[in-house]
Formats: sequence, structure tokens, C-alpha cells
Amino acid sequence: MTAAPRGVARSDGQEDGGVAGALALNGVTRRFGEFTAVDNVSFEVGPGELLALVGASGSGKTTTLRMAAGYETPDVGTVTLGGKDITRVPPERRGFGMVFQHYALFPHMPVEDNVAFGLEARRVSKADRLQKARAALANVGLEGAGSRAIQSLSGGEQQRVALARALVIEPRALLLDEPLSNLDPTLRHAMRDDLRAMLRRVGVPALFVTHDQEDAFAVADRIALLKAGKLLQVGTPEELYNAPASREVAAFIGRGSIVPAKDKETTATVTIGGVARDLNVTRPKGIPPHVENAFVVLRPDALELSRSPGVLAWRGRITNRRFAGGIVVYRVQLADGVSVDVESQSGDAREEDNVSISPLKGPFPLVPA
Amino acid sequence: MKTSSRKQSWRIAVPLIALLLWTVIYPNVAVIAGSFENGLGHWREFAASPADREALWTSLVISVASVFASLAIGVPLAFLLGRFEFPGRRLLRAVATLPAALPPLVGVIAFLFLYGESGLVTRAVQRALGMAEAPWRLKGIGAIVFVHAYTMYVYVFLFVSAGLERFDATLDEAASGLGASTWQRLRRVTLPLLMPAVAGSALLVFMNALGSFSAPYVFGGGLRVLSTQILASKTNGAMGLAYVETTVLALSAVAGLVLFRWLDRKRRYTLASKGGRSRRMISSRRIQILTTIASAIIVIALVLPHLMVILVSFARDGAWTTQVLPPEYTLENYRRLFTESELWKPITNSVSMALIATAANLVVCFIAAYLIVLRRFGARGLLELLVALPWAIPATAIALGLAATFNRNDLLTARVLLVGTFWILPLAYFIRDIPLVASAVESSLRQMDASLEDAARGLGASWLMTMRRVILPAARPGLIAGGLLAAVTAVGEFVASVVLYTHSNRPISMEILAQLRALAFGTAAAYSVLLIFLVLLMTLAARSFEERLA
Repeated sequence: MTAAPRGVARSDGQEDGGVAGALALNGVTRRFGEFTAVDNVSFEVGPGELLALVGASGSGKTTTLRMAAGYETPDVGTVTLGGKDITRVPPERRGFGMVFQHYALFPHMPVEDNVAFGLEARRVSKADRLQKARAALANVGLEGAGSRAIQSLSGGEQQRVALARALVIEPRALLLDEPLSNLDPTLRHAMRDDLRAMLRRVGVPALFVTHDQEDAFAVADRIALLKAGKLLQVGTPEELYNAPASREVAAFIGRGSIVPAKDKETTATVTIGGVARDLNVTRPKGIPPHVENAFVVLRPDALELSRSPGVLAWRGRITNRRFAGGIVVYRVQLADGVSVDVESQSGDAREEDNVSISPLKGPFPLVPA
Repeated sequence: MKTSSRKQSWRIAVPLIALLLWTVIYPNVAVIAGSFENGLGHWREFAASPADREALWTSLVISVASVFASLAIGVPLAFLLGRFEFPGRRLLRAVATLPAALPPLVGVIAFLFLYGESGLVTRAVQRALGMAEAPWRLKGIGAIVFVHAYTMYVYVFLFVSAGLERFDATLDEAASGLGASTWQRLRRVTLPLLMPAVAGSALLVFMNALGSFSAPYVFGGGLRVLSTQILASKTNGAMGLAYVETTVLALSAVAGLVLFRWLDRKRRYTLASKGGRSRRMISSRRIQILTTIASAIIVIALVLPHLMVILVSFARDGAWTTQVLPPEYTLENYRRLFTESELWKPITNSVSMALIATAANLVVCFIAAYLIVLRRFGARGLLELLVALPWAIPATAIALGLAATFNRNDLLTARVLLVGTFWILPLAYFIRDIPLVASAVESSLRQMDASLEDAARGLGASWLMTMRRVILPAARPGLIAGGLLAAVTAVGEFVASVVLYTHSNRPISMEILAQLRALAFGTAAAYSVLLIFLVLLMTLAARSFEERLA
């Protein structure tokens, strides 16, 4: 996708006035003393693309974002924009728009001055910057809020102001640190869609950090999964869900039980309580045809629950029942200490009922240990 | 339940408010009434006196100049220590608040020993340059502002440092990400957000400088300021004029307070306590060396007064005349302090008066803070005002108010004769320290979850048990910190004492002044060292008390 046409000329006075190129991190590593926060991470975000950096807290995702923004300098590796090395360009000369986790709005300025701040730093005339700030506020649905105090805004409004402030400088890349984590669930779901629509309209590389995979699934084109500073996998949400590259990815993305299996290349045999089933599998790229210690991911939507005992089914007992709107999710304790979640259209079964579980057609993700 | 607890609040509050009205408000009313005792006569006298007009003007000039001088030292120092790392930083940080540990009069005489006409630095410069006379005179407005800057920049430094520590580093990052240069960030983000700290400390300096007595008294020469004028009028028996001068001084202070509040009126935000910014090592080698040399000079300048007082305390009285350093050293000064009962008396006086005042402060301020923070009732705002008010009134004005009120026994006008007795000074110390102790206890109680009291009552605890087991432990850090501050200020108190003391209850500060007048520099310095030692002792006692309880 190419950059969207812009109504206003670039006003940041910085070099490279043309279309923003891809933002890339090339083998970046950042250590704090003995601790390696980010370890040899590489990925690229194209213009107009939305990449989510996903990981648990402490996985290095914020440090990665801060290196992209210029607040941290990698010990090893480079950051490039449109192929140009910007590793050592300070944040004030990168022309990136950043939305901070707690928004970092200036509490002593009204909304308008906050939004216009980046233009003020670029010495845009007062009349121009106010006009642009108002337009940017209107873009995020906050027309007329310019003179309000930051303290009088709700969390969702503050988030929009932070976004307007980042967008009004016509950034060459957008960086967002947990943009949704401070919103209540209802607002959060609405903002996901708004955010995706707005980021796509801007047409520059957008990188956003989240610990919430649902946010990532809803907003991102691609997801980069980090754990303990290392990049586990980069891919579309579907790729990560259907073809996780490793057991760690499978454990983090989506729900599902990871059970040992005997790898037979296109199928794998899963044996629970003496009942062996051959399952169709998808294999991550680049692993050998027969993996010694293979595992298969049993997703709740790939299993079927039945109250009648089947000969080739895994037998178990329901330990938990949860209505999830339209479907019911059961937790079933099987033999050999395996416990699985199963989705079912029918809600007849109750806790303590004995049931049988059979795998559907699949394919099931196979992962190496 | 609700009404009964409200009734109880009133039962506690009424005697407390009565006490505060009697000791805090009534004396000021007496002063104002006294200024009108013959109509506008005394006010006309004040307006017609060139000396008084000069005093008012000089007081204001000194106060404003002290504010700017303190800002000029305190703000850069706070930035240097808060934002940068360099060799010698920790030492500089350790001594940066040292001037605050000097009792006011001790700071003044230390400067006299160092920079006065026969002071160490003055003589050394004179000798080095081969001059016939002292290169400068420690006199007049410049000298007063010099001493004020030394003792009062600490307020600015502490306020701005705390502000910098609470400063949300992501705001700075957000600004730089939006393209703002270092200078733009400082001007548009950092400084505006630190304004509350700057304004708050500037107000503190202004109030202190306006009420300051020791520096103008010792260095003033022929210079007149309001606080010294008040004492002069009182000594001359012109009480009516003294009342007018006191009223003008108090009004100037209140005007200053209102002005600063107005300047800081726009603030609607508080700095979030996230901090997180680490100090940056100064990268340029040259600037690093310059910084280290500069901090070494600052450290010496800050420690020198303390060292000088200690040195002079060992000097034989009368022997130090024209030499750079005192020529003869002896332990005689200290021996006399501990053995001669006339010299020992001020020490027991100061300690006992400080302890009495502090004990009263702890009881009264704990009750007041409890009512202010944890109770909802009609007179809460009045109580808040009453405990804060002594802070806005210069000590000289408080002292003169007491002199005007407690000068005779007259039950009809609620007057008790205290002037001339031992008790007038503890009372003055008590009033001066009310705001200090009350705000310390208030802030402790504010950190307590207000529902704890309800929870305790709900579990069946009596009011007394709730107090003892829940409220008092929550207030304890504030009580200890506030009590310490009160005791420390009371033991070295000078400004109110000079107006109200008698020979029999003279405190250490008055004795230091008397010894200074008799040119017994060694004895005066020995007293000063003892005073510093007492302050240190109290601090250690408070700390160990706190640790034992924790």
C-alpha cells in the first residue's frame, strides 16, 4: 500500500519530504547491565501497514518500540526508515508520531496547545497551527474541545487527543505504546475499530505495542511475538493462530491445550487414556519431516463434545461450564492429566457430567518442543 | 450515627477553636486595635515618619531580592543534582541542605566571622592583595540578601528537586518526539510544570525574608527594616507606633501570600509521581571538570560557615583582633558554659521551653489534624484557617501581639499576665510552630484510608481504642517529623524571643547576641556549636524513636 494523499504540505521542515518508506529494525539488541532486554530482533513495517508487538510484560516490547522511536539506542543493530539509517537520529529529528501508554499529555496546556505542540516546535505560525490542530481534533471526533483542560477529559478522549497530537505533525511513522490498555472494555472494543481505520488512512508504517492478543488480532495486519527479548514469530494473526512456529507461540496465541503427539509428517497420532487418534496437521516452515518431541494444539473450536460414549473418543468429565454468547465453552478433564476446552452449540451438558471428546477434521497445528 | 458523630466532632472542636482564637487571632486583633487607640493618630505618625517609610520599602526590596537570589542558586542546583551525574555529585547533594541546619542567628554570626570586616575571608583577601582596609563591608542590603540567599535557597532547592523527582519523564519524551529541542522542552514543558514548586518556594523565601530579623539586626548598620523598627519602637515605649508597624508588616506578608497565590492561580494539575528518569552522565570531559570544580567550590562555601563557628568556639575571647585566624585556642569557652551557672541557664531555658512548646504543639495539632482530615463538620474550614494562619504572620508580629495581649490580668477581656514570666516564650514558640506540626500530621493522616476509622468502629472498637490503635499509629510519622521540626526551630528561636525575653528566661539565641555585643566571640561561637549539637541530637533522637516504633 502506498501513502495516502495528504491535504496539507509537510510542515516539519525535515529532510526526506517524500513518501515515507518502510520502518525496519535490523538485528537490534539492547542490554541494561547484565540484562538483555531485546535480543537480536529484526522486522519490517511497510507504509500503511500495522504491526503489533505482542508479548507478556518484561518481554522487551516497549524497549523495542523505544528504539524505533529513538528514546533508546540499540547496542547492536540498526533502525532504518525507507532504507536510510536513523539509528542515531534523536527523537526530535525523527518526525515520528508517538502515543504513550498514559498518553503523556501536557497537563498545563489546554487540548489545542497539546495538539499544536509539535507544530510549535516546527515554528509553524500560530494561526496555521491552531487551524491544523482544530482539524486534527475534528478528525478524531473531538471538534470544539480545543480549549478544554486535559484534566477534564475522559480516558477515551485523552487517547484521542494523544492520537491527534501524534497525527498532526504528519509523522513518517506512528508508534503506539499500549494505546488501548487504559480504556474500559466497552470503549476499548469501539476504539479498536476506530484506531485501525485511522491508522490505515494515514498510510505510514505503524507499530504498536500490546500485551493483549485480542487487541492485536483486531487492529494489526501482522503480529510480532516477543518473549524474553527474543522474537518468536512474525506473521499475520491467522498464521500465528493456525501455524505457530513453536510451542511457546502456540501457548501464547489463542486458547488451546498442547498435547504430545507422534509426528507422521502430514498427520500426527495423539493418544489419551489409551485411545489413539490420527489428526491432520499443519507444520511450521523449516522443521524436519519427523520431529522427535512433537506437540499438537487442540483448539476449542476444533473439538467436538458428545454426551454419548463413542468408541474412538477420549473420555472425560466436565469440570467447568461457561456460556460465551451463542456457544458454551466446557472444560473437560481427560485421562493422563490432559484437560481441554471445547466449544459446543448445545448447552445441555452440566458440570460433573461424563462426556466424550472427538477431534474434528482439523488441520491441527503441530509444533516442535 | 451520623449526627452523633457530628455532635462529637463539635464537642472536641469547640474548645480547640476557642484556644486557637484566643492565642492566634486575639493577639492580632489586639495589635490592630492598639494601632487605632487614638484614632488615626499613630497611623499619621507612621505615614509622616521617613524612617518608617524607608523601613517598609527596604523590607520589600530585601524580600524580593532574597527571592531572586534564592531562585538563582536553588533552581540551577536542583537541575544539576537532579538531572546530571558527575564526579562529586553525592558530596554536593549531601551538603546542599546544610544551611537549613543552622539556627538563624548562628548563620548570621558565622557570616560575620567569615565575611565581616575582621572576618577570615575578608582579612585573607585584604592580606593577599596588600590592601590597607577591608575590601568590603558586610553591611546594608547586599549583606542581608547575601545571608538570606545562603540560608533560604534551600527551600527552593528542596521544592524544585522534589518537583523534578515527581516529573513524569514521558512528558519530556513526548515533547522531544514531537520535535521540540532541548531549549523548547525546558521553556514549554519542564519549567511550566515546575512552576508550582518554584512559586511555592519563592513564597516561602519571601515570607521568611520579610519576617527576618537576625540578619538586618546584625548587619543592618543604619539600615531600617520593619521588623527592627518594631523592636526599636517598643524599646522606646512608643507602643502605638509599634502596633502600626506590626500591622503593616503583617499586611505586607498577607499581600505577598495573596499575590503569589494569584500568580499560581492557573494550576489545576498535579505532577504524577512516576519519575523514572535516570540521571545522565555529563558527557563532555571539559564540562565535567568544570562542574566538578564548581561543586567543590560550592561545597566549601556551604561547609565553611559551620567550620568557622566550630573554629571560633575554641578561640580565646578577646584575643582575635587583626589576625586572619584566631591566634589562641582553648577549651575555656566550653568549660565556662558547663560550669558557670549564669552561662548554663540559657541552655536549660531553651531546652525546657522548646520541649514544653513542642509537647503542646503535638497535642493540639494532632487533634486539629484529626478533625480537619477525618471529620466532616461545619467549622472545619475555620479550623484549617486557624492552624495555617501563624505561618502567614511574621514572628515579630506574633511576638508583639502576645506582648499586647498577655500584659495584664483582666478576666473581662480574657487577658492573663504572661509577659515578664517564663511562660510567654513557650507560648510564642507554640504559636509559631502550629502550622508546621499540623501540616505534617495532616499529610500523614491523609495517607490513611478514611474508611479505616469506620472499619474499627464497625468491629466494635470504642472511640478511644480507635484513636489509640488506628488513628495515632497512622499519624505517627507526621507527629515525629513535625515534633522534630518544632523542637529544632524552638530551641534556636530568636525573632520572637528578642521581643519577649526577660533575663530569667533568656534563651540561647539571646545569650549569643549578648556575648557578641561583649565581643566574646569565642563564647558566642561555643553557644552556637552547642545549638547545632542540640539540633543534631534531637534529629538522632527522633530517628531512633521512629525506628524503634517501626
